[in-house]
Amino acid sequence: MSTNARDHRAKTSGLRCDVKSTSSGSWDLRLYVAGATPRAIAALENLKKICEEHLAGKYSIEVIDLLKNPKLASGDQILALPTLVRKLPEPVRKIIGDLSDTERVLVGLDLRPR
Amino acid sequence: MAKQGKKELVLTPLEKCPTGIRGLDEVTFGGLPRGRPTLICGGAGSGKTLLAMEFIIRGIRDYSEPGVFMAFEETAEELTKNVASLGFDLDDLIRRKKLAIDYVRIERSEIEETGEYDLEGLFVRLNSMIEEVGAKRVAIDTIEALFAGLPNEAILRAELRRLFRWLKDKHVTSVITGEQGERTLTRHGLEEYVSDCVIFLDHRVANQVATRRLRVVKYRGSVHGTNEYPTLIDEHGLSIFPISSLGLDYAVGSERISTGIGRLDAMLGGKGYYRGSSVLITGSAGTGKTSIATAFANGVCRRGERCLYLAFEEAPSQIVRNMASIGFDLDSWVRQGLLRFEAVRSTLYGLEQHLVGLHKAVSDFRPAGVIVDPITNLTAISGDQGEVKAMLTRMIDFLKNHGITAVFTSLTEGGNAAEQSEVGVSSLMDTWLLARNIEAAGERNRLLSVLKSRGMAHSNQVREFLLTDQGIQLADVYVGPGTVLTGSARLLQEAQDEVQAAGERQKLARHRRELEQEQTLAQAQLDALRLKTAALAEEIKTLASDEQARLVAAAREQADLARVRGANGTKATLEKGNKTHVNKRKRP
Repeated sequence: MSTNARDHRAKTSGLRCDVKSTSSGSWDLRLYVAGATPRAIAALENLKKICEEHLAGKYSIEVIDLLKNPKLASGDQILALPTLVRKLPEPVRKIIGDLSDTERVLVGLDLRPR
Repeated sequence: MAKQGKKELVLTPLEKCPTGIRGLDEVTFGGLPRGRPTLICGGAGSGKTLLAMEFIIRGIRDYSEPGVFMAFEETAEELTKNVASLGFDLDDLIRRKKLAIDYVRIERSEIEETGEYDLEGLFVRLNSMIEEVGAKRVAIDTIEALFAGLPNEAILRAELRRLFRWLKDKHVTSVITGEQGERTLTRHGLEEYVSDCVIFLDHRVANQVATRRLRVVKYRGSVHGTNEYPTLIDEHGLSIFPISSLGLDYAVGSERISTGIGRLDAMLGGKGYYRGSSVLITGSAGTGKTSIATAFANGVCRRGERCLYLAFEEAPSQIVRNMASIGFDLDSWVRQGLLRFEAVRSTLYGLEQHLVGLHKAVSDFRPAGVIVDPITNLTAISGDQGEVKAMLTRMIDFLKNHGITAVFTSLTEGGNAAEQSEVGVSSLMDTWLLARNIEAAGERNRLLSVLKSRGMAHSNQVREFLLTDQGIQLADVYVGPGTVLTGSARLLQEAQDEVQAAGERQKLARHRRELEQEQTLAQAQLDALRLKTAALAEEIKTLASDEQARLVAAAREQADLARVRGANGTKATLEKGNKTHVNKRKRP
């Protein structure tokens, strides 16, 4: 886990939200979850690990808890949870699931050729 | 909790949620199961989305139940535009927080799947909308889009099962649409999850006429109509027409209304048709069916009631013109809003649509009388007589239920037996008038008779039916020994009768005059004799007085003579002179 990632706890969910890298925001990632379910926690852990390994210093993660902000779901057309949305760089990519399959996540983020 | 639910089920019948969609609530005996999901399935263009949308909108408008619409195929803007033509303003409902629409787009190519997930996002979105407007109704159209968008069918199926259970727990009445499958009701077997109520919409083409139909496939815990019901989408939205609500339990009044022809009223027990009865006028071409029907329309309008005229054969303007020639000013009734024409070529629509058109016109216009002219043209749509009869049965049934007096005209083919109506509906009719043409002595004349008229003492007489500038007149036909005369023959016979009668009158007058003369003569004679009697009486009287005078004179003469003979002579001379004088007077 990155030391320069600024972690704090969401009030109710117990999730560590809004992980931001210090340098550029060239990788803008959003993780949609609904409450601190084991699957959501696993997804965030997996995501952080992948980002640190492959995008160290150039990513930001925003965790959106739909239980608190249900209105945000329709903006990114979220159905499945957890969903990771790559807002930047474009095009928008969506990866659903707990992100346990690192290879698939890397493909989904265009970090690996398909 | 479960126990309580069970108890409720036993005690109270299933609570229904009225859709407000014309006819659907009748077919389902009250609406969809309240608090449960209902599956609407059907092919492309069968009206699934419209049904779902109307369920929501009518719920808001008519039953004050806010609703949520989740669309997978059309955006909120598209939906708004689509239903605006039906007079629904979605934007307004959304502004007033009565309606929430969410467009769910799912793009397979954008999605990478890694590991476990669920569809909680869908639930969150639905829940957020339900809470936002306090929804009682939810429509999801078409959730099967998820099967194309999400790779893992196992997860999807588990989540759908959860969704429908969740909707039940939310106590919202929901409608879920699904695309028709090849051998299943829905392509992805949604019926497996939504099993409380399943409605199937069909859109088929027969005889180049497209017909929509609706069928309630199942309805757990409730009776429901099992037939296919004709369905129509028009500018008012979806309408379903219960075919077999043919209950024979309509209220029957004894009020009578005029046929518009005085003598025809007289033929029908003196009062005309029963209000709310159905009247059939059959006849071959040119027998005056339309005129009789129009007379009725005229009568209805004259009483200040409204009349609907379904013209399948002639344009309204043509009917108005033609009927003006026999003294009916239909145009003024049209202008006063008492008469409405609905003219359409019968082959333009399917039978159902005609029925639907009638339903609509009747509920908009609320007429007291309806004329269908002619019903025979409906057979042109469907060669199947049974189908036409079924449709007419529904039409009559519908009109009777509304207490509307209906006049149907039916054209009989020249070769057919006169007393046979083309579509075999005469048994459904309360009153049956037969118009006939008879050809004799080089002319055709119209005859009208009452074949049957339930519940009244109707005339058994045939009348001659005359179309004049002043309207329709019914004349008595001339019934001679073994023959019935009409037209000129009748007029001739009547003229002959008249001549004969005049001769008789003259003869009588002459005889009277003769007798009077004779009487005068006798009187004159009587007067003459009376005069003669009087004269004779006078003479007799004179005669008697002369006699008296003569006797007196004779007596004096006797005395004078005696004196002369007895006394002096001078005296005697004097006496003589006297005597002469008397004699002179005596014999004039």
